[in-house]
Amino acid sequence: MTQAPATDLTIAVEVNGELVEMEVPARRLLVHFLRDDLGLTGTHIGCDTGNCGACTVHYDGVSIKSCMMLTAQADGAKITTVEGLAPDGELTPLQRSFSEHHALQCGYCTPGMLMSASALLSHTPHPTEEEVRVALQGNICRCTGYMNIVKAVMSAGGAK
Amino acid sequence: MSDSAVTTESQQTTLQKGFIGVSVPRKEDRRLVQGQGLFVDDIRRHGMGYLHFVRSPYAHAKIVSIDVSAALALDGVYGTITGDEVAIQTDPFFEMSVAPGNQIKDYALAVGKVRHMGEPVAAVCAATRELARDAAELIEVEYEPLPVLVDGVEALKDEVVLHDDAGTNVVWSGVFDWGDWEQAKAEADHVVTIKKLHFHRFSSTPLECSGALVEYDKGTIEWTIHCNHQMPGVGAIWMAPALRTGLDKLRFVTGDIGGGFGNKICLHPQFVVLCLMARKLGRPVQWTEWRTDQHTANAHGNERTFLDVEVAVRADGTLTGFNVRAIDDCGAFPRYEPLGCIIWAQVTPGCYEWKNIRVDFTQVCTNKSPVSPNRGYSRMQHLWLTERIIDIVAAELGFDPVEMRKRNYVKEFPYETPNGCVYDSGDYAGCLDIALDLIGYDGVEARREDAKARGKLLGVGIGSTLDSGTNNFGQSQLLNPELQFSGNNEAASAKLDIFGEVVVTLGTVPQGQGHETTAAQVMADIIGCSVDQVNVRRGHDTWFNTHAGFSGTYASQFAVTGLGAVKGAAEMLRDEMVKLAAFVLQAPEEAIELSDGFARIKDGPPEAALPFMALGAIVNANNAFLPPDFNPTLNHRYVYRPYFGVVDTEKKKGQLTLTYATQIHACVVEVDPETGHVEIVDYAAVDDCGTRIHPQIVEGQVHGATAHAIGAAIHENFVYDEDGTLLTPNFYDYHVPHALDVPSLKTGSIESASPVTPLGAKGMGEGGGGGIHCICSAIQDALRPAGRPIVYDSCNPYHRVWEMLRDPESTRANVEVVSR
Repeated sequence: MTQAPATDLTIAVEVNGELVEMEVPARRLLVHFLRDDLGLTGTHIGCDTGNCGACTVHYDGVSIKSCMMLTAQADGAKITTVEGLAPDGELTPLQRSFSEHHALQCGYCTPGMLMSASALLSHTPHPTEEEVRVALQGNICRCTGYMNIVKAVMSAGGAK
Repeated sequence: MSDSAVTTESQQTTLQKGFIGVSVPRKEDRRLVQGQGLFVDDIRRHGMGYLHFVRSPYAHAKIVSIDVSAALALDGVYGTITGDEVAIQTDPFFEMSVAPGNQIKDYALAVGKVRHMGEPVAAVCAATRELARDAAELIEVEYEPLPVLVDGVEALKDEVVLHDDAGTNVVWSGVFDWGDWEQAKAEADHVVTIKKLHFHRFSSTPLECSGALVEYDKGTIEWTIHCNHQMPGVGAIWMAPALRTGLDKLRFVTGDIGGGFGNKICLHPQFVVLCLMARKLGRPVQWTEWRTDQHTANAHGNERTFLDVEVAVRADGTLTGFNVRAIDDCGAFPRYEPLGCIIWAQVTPGCYEWKNIRVDFTQVCTNKSPVSPNRGYSRMQHLWLTERIIDIVAAELGFDPVEMRKRNYVKEFPYETPNGCVYDSGDYAGCLDIALDLIGYDGVEARREDAKARGKLLGVGIGSTLDSGTNNFGQSQLLNPELQFSGNNEAASAKLDIFGEVVVTLGTVPQGQGHETTAAQVMADIIGCSVDQVNVRRGHDTWFNTHAGFSGTYASQFAVTGLGAVKGAAEMLRDEMVKLAAFVLQAPEEAIELSDGFARIKDGPPEAALPFMALGAIVNANNAFLPPDFNPTLNHRYVYRPYFGVVDTEKKKGQLTLTYATQIHACVVEVDPETGHVEIVDYAAVDDCGTRIHPQIVEGQVHGATAHAIGAAIHENFVYDEDGTLLTPNFYDYHVPHALDVPSLKTGSIESASPVTPLGAKGMGEGGGGGIHCICSAIQDALRPAGRPIVYDSCNPYHRVWEMLRDPESTRANVEVVSR
């Protein structure tokens, strides 16, 4: 039998450049905090097991799966979600490239893909196809067969 | 305005080359790349509760008792529902089969007993998701386990029966006999027999799970169902009678949908529970399916076993007929079934000119997840059979598989199949040549030697497949003549508003296929404006009143039905805009042209031009000067209805679908004989879907369908143990392809315009499982030097390939050739 949550914690976390201080249940997953408490519904949930990557966000600049982390663990961290990529509505080259290459169909995996790919490009600006595929292997897409996603990331990175 | 019209070839409008055929930027993308899509789980309402289902851990058991008291005692729990309440407040869902299969009672929650692992037995609603889940664990259900049935062929014995009301596991059974199989067999030079082939259980598992937020309006006694159902019209036909209400009381609203692939068609049981809970509690109720629940208890693809396949072959390799017994396993409840017992017949002879075909088809229930249409629904299973036949016959009789295909492919179009279906257009051999060229077929023997030198077995495979689209629901009458379904229809509306806004609403329910974009292309070309100027409403809303009985997105039909409706509505709007402009500009209608957002007098002075805004404003806001007998609305609804005629229920013949897109796949694989690991080293898919509205979207669909097929052929399998426990209940165990699993895909295309559709286009999203056929074919070819095993199953993970390598004889015992 599961017990009702016994402990709440107050955390301070910077999300897309804004400091948020909030009391949250200790067991709340980071993805639910982002979606349900902050209304940042661009971060999606596609599985219960940490396999699909739809919930990928940046944690201090590193891509992580926000369903595999408790909100409390983000205390003091800087989180960037898909909404933080183009806060003024001016699409990034990667977002434009996704559209140009038809790298999205239903768009459900897209936020996670963009976060994984932008993390890759931040440290490997000109990735090879193999590097792109490795970087995206934690993100499942059921629509595209990955072909155009790989092309879009390579194109945004200026790869040959 | 016509409410319903038949579009025939003679009525087709020749469209000026404009946006149609061009891969314009998708209108949906801007919001989706910014995380601004609106998916069902994103919707919030004040005071909403979260619903969680209590599910059965047993595959087959009596429900002795359910105690919800501990859950209700928890602070923040709003209420519960059990099967007993469901049995009182609702009626069982409508069943489509004949007796005794139609005696099955399918309720929204289990009543009396459970029939598959994960079947919902109770529901609880609470203030938060976490609390609802906690409360569900406090609901105590006592079960009395029953013997379990997990094998479809075993189910025929009726030793364990799932549904006592039916008294048998058989949902539907019938024999289809076209041509003269016995004569074909008697006259054949060779008869090849294959004892057993098995098409396995998997599903497309869309990344977004199913869900809904349901609001109940006590004043009007209406439910609003914000959801991701992909076929709301048919969903409502199931739900309304069960809820003892009318269709007008159910409003379906969809937004962005994270993939469907058919798996979001059978959501009526869960949605009925949500409706009951929302009414009971007087508050909005939200449910999002968990991934493990999606895999365990929602929408598996049909599993089919083919027994005693006999194939009649002439000495020159001409195929004259086949005979087969098919056992289809639909899991615990038929739901959309038994439609799968006839849908395959759209592609009865596959791509080939088989004239004499006999299929003894039986569908049964087992203690596994219910099935639901799944990309390639029912045709894929049958096309896999036809492709397996080709490769097995070719291998056993020593024919070249390419030549055998080309000899037997349908070549002249339109082509009538033995069961009265009409293949509208195509060039199968042309597609195959392109595919073979793309994989470098000419150099394959050298590559085989090279692979051999590296200790690998190289094989080439072909998958010829059809993506039949725009269903004729009349085929259901071949299963049950009493069913009152036939034809097909889809609606769209087009309007011009006061400030010149061009608005299109669709009855379809897109899940990633880019309907907003392609609908805008058609609209823009017809009324003369840019794609950007056209606002296509997101999703489906019953209150648009832009839907018809079969509205939805399924069965490879949008390019025909959805865009056919858009074209019809746009033409009605265009005609009225021309008439209005002619009246205002005092010119004959023939002199008016619509382009770039203006109505102009052709070759007239520049000032003789009205912006669309002027037309919209006149009709909607400034119409006093219009004469009484001229009453334009600039707001039109059109229902596209393809013409099929009625089916012949006695001979089981008729035009079961309208269009036949082709996909021919070819691949090269390398098998590691030590481990059985299969690597795809070259892959090509060639598509012919008639006129392509947006080639980039078409190619994207080809990529996606191929990835599904690769997953199914090598990895994805819903495996049950003998207790009916699903061993692959989520992405942890059920391996869907990721970026490293899908090889670089080469694509090609031919455009054989359809003579029977409004735009020459054909639906094409399903792909017909071409990849499964072609990978099975390639594995069999690769394994030839290792004792010529026969690939007998559609799923071939490394361990099955390894078994075939170790014991080819046991697979070969499956095949017999009698030559005379």
